[in-house]
Parts: sequence; C-alpha cells; structure tokens
Amino acid sequence: MKSLRWSLPLAIFVILVAFLWVGLSRDPREVPSPLLGKPAPAFALAKLHVPSETLATADLKGTVWLLNVWASWCVSCRVEHPLLVELAKANIVPVYGLDYKDEPDAGRAWLAQHGDPYTASIVDRDGRVGIDYGVYGVPETFLIDKAGVVRYKQIGPLTPEALKQKILPLVRELQK
Amino acid sequence: MIARAAIAALLLACAAATSAVDPVSPNGETAAGMSALDLRLKRLEAELRCLVCQNQTLADSNADLADDLRREVRSLALAGKSDDDIKAYLVARYGDFVLYKPPVKPITWMLWFGPFALLAGGGALWWVVLRRRARSITPTATKADTAGELRARKLLNGEDDVAA
Repeated sequence: MKSLRWSLPLAIFVILVAFLWVGLSRDPREVPSPLLGKPAPAFALAKLHVPSETLATADLKGTVWLLNVWASWCVSCRVEHPLLVELAKANIVPVYGLDYKDEPDAGRAWLAQHGDPYTASIVDRDGRVGIDYGVYGVPETFLIDKAGVVRYKQIGPLTPEALKQKILPLVRELQK
Repeated sequence: MIARAAIAALLLACAAATSAVDPVSPNGETAAGMSALDLRLKRLEAELRCLVCQNQTLADSNADLADDLRREVRSLALAGKSDDDIKAYLVARYGDFVLYKPPVKPITWMLWFGPFALLAGGGALWWVVLRRRARSITPTATKADTAGELRARKLLNGEDDVAA
C-alpha cells in the first residue's frame, strides 16, 4: 500500500506522457479520410484537353489508378509535379488529374509549362467532385483499385518516401 | 422608490426595443432580413468545422472551401434534407472531424465519459484516504495536559497569567 504513494502518480505521469507523445507528434492537418476502403465517389467530367469527351469512374473499372487533385493556382502542386512526371515516365500506374476549381485555360497552360504527367485530366470547375472526395487541401492523391475502392489517400504533396514506401508497393499488390 | 421606477421604465424600454428589432413577419422574414432558412443554416454552420482553417466554424470562415460547403449545405437544405442528413453528408466526405461536437461512439467514450470517470475515481480515492486517516488518528490530548488546562481556566477567569 505504501508503494502506491509513488507508483500511482508515476503510472499516471507515464500514461500522460505517452498520450501527449503520440498526440503532439500527429499532424492536425492530416484528417483521416472516411473514404478509405469505400467505393470512390462516381463522377463523369469533361476532359481538360478534349472538353467534348467525358471521363467517368465507370470507365476505369478493372484498372488500378491514381487520382491526383491539382490546380494551376496551387503552389505546393509544383513541389510534387516533377515526381508525377517521373512516375508517368516509369509507366507503372495511370495517373488521372482532377483540375480542381480552375480555369481550363489556366490549367492547360500550366501543364504545357510544367509537363503533363496525366493519362487524362478532368475539369471540376465548381469543386463539387472535390467535395465528394473530401478534398480540403490541394494537392491530394487517391489510389483506387480495380473494383473502384479507395485504398490510400495522400494529403498534401506526394513525397518520394510516400511513393516508394506506401503507394508503389500497394499499387503492385493491387495490380496482381 | 424613484430609482426603482426608473429601472422598471428602462427595462420596459429595453424590452420594447428588442421586440422591435426582430418581429417575425407573416412571410417568415425577420426585420433583419434573415429568413427562417438563413437562421437554421447559421445555426447548423456554427456546428460544422471548416477543414482549411481548422479552428473556425463553417459560419465564420472566409476560406474558399467554406464558401463551397456553405453553398452545398444550403442546396441540401433547400432540397428538404434535415440537419442530420446534412451532417451525415459532410461526415461521409470529411469524417467526424467536420463536427464540432464529436458523436458518442466507442472510440469517443473516453472523451465523453473520461472526465466523469476521473472525477468518480478521484472522489473514491479521497473518501478512502479520509476514512483511513480518521481511523488512524486516535485522540492523544485527553486528560494528560492538566497543567495547561489549569492555566487556561485561570486565564478565562480573568486571573493574571502567572505562568507566563
């Protein structure tokens, strides 16, 4: 009973430190997406380069694909863009771009300037599809499997680490 | 009496003034131009978080996304969706984080009931400690200090404190 006098406060302290350690090291900007493991919200949007054509989620059934949300006004998109261009060259997984709340002209000019890594880009002018995908900070990237289920979400710019350690291994596994 | 009358008059004037500000007209519009829908949306938006500027409500935020979400919430409300439907719509997209008031479910039990559990635990501990202490304290100064008692009685009787 005597030992409780110091062991109990010590235990409480250790628990508190553990909680703070985990809690404070988390990034509050990274809100876990409720979409993970759920079917990707359906869309049918006009293509950026061929506005008369639409691309729908249904067209992509049976392929593993990445949906990268970008915009010409998005500054941090420039950070990840070289990585996407590189990924496109490697031809591992098709990347579709969602030009989010952007002027199509500005979007096309931006891709002409920085390179176009996308199999196709689609235009979400009013941001409705963005809302369906729970987009709150561009860039964001979703990995969607053959059945159309969201398997991974990257919030903020893609990093070489995230690509190498999480996304590409998952892509390979899903492509089997 | 005059002061009391003055206060009463002032209160009446205030009451009259406030009722003059927001009478609800027959078409559901208040004098401030807020319709019942506006008021409902305002209330709802105050319970929802803007995900861009995380410590602001949807009602307070100027972020572009907040604008879009307000537009979305309004169109859902106009489509006849209930407050709960609208919240469920946003939670399905952005998660529970979008709600300022976290829902009660197993993962938030600690959050909701933890403080009460801590209070109960602390109270129980306090009670146990008090009980144990009460039992361990045995009366020590019973009749031992007769000299002191004698001196106190003398002092109370107004005699000079010879011992001092």
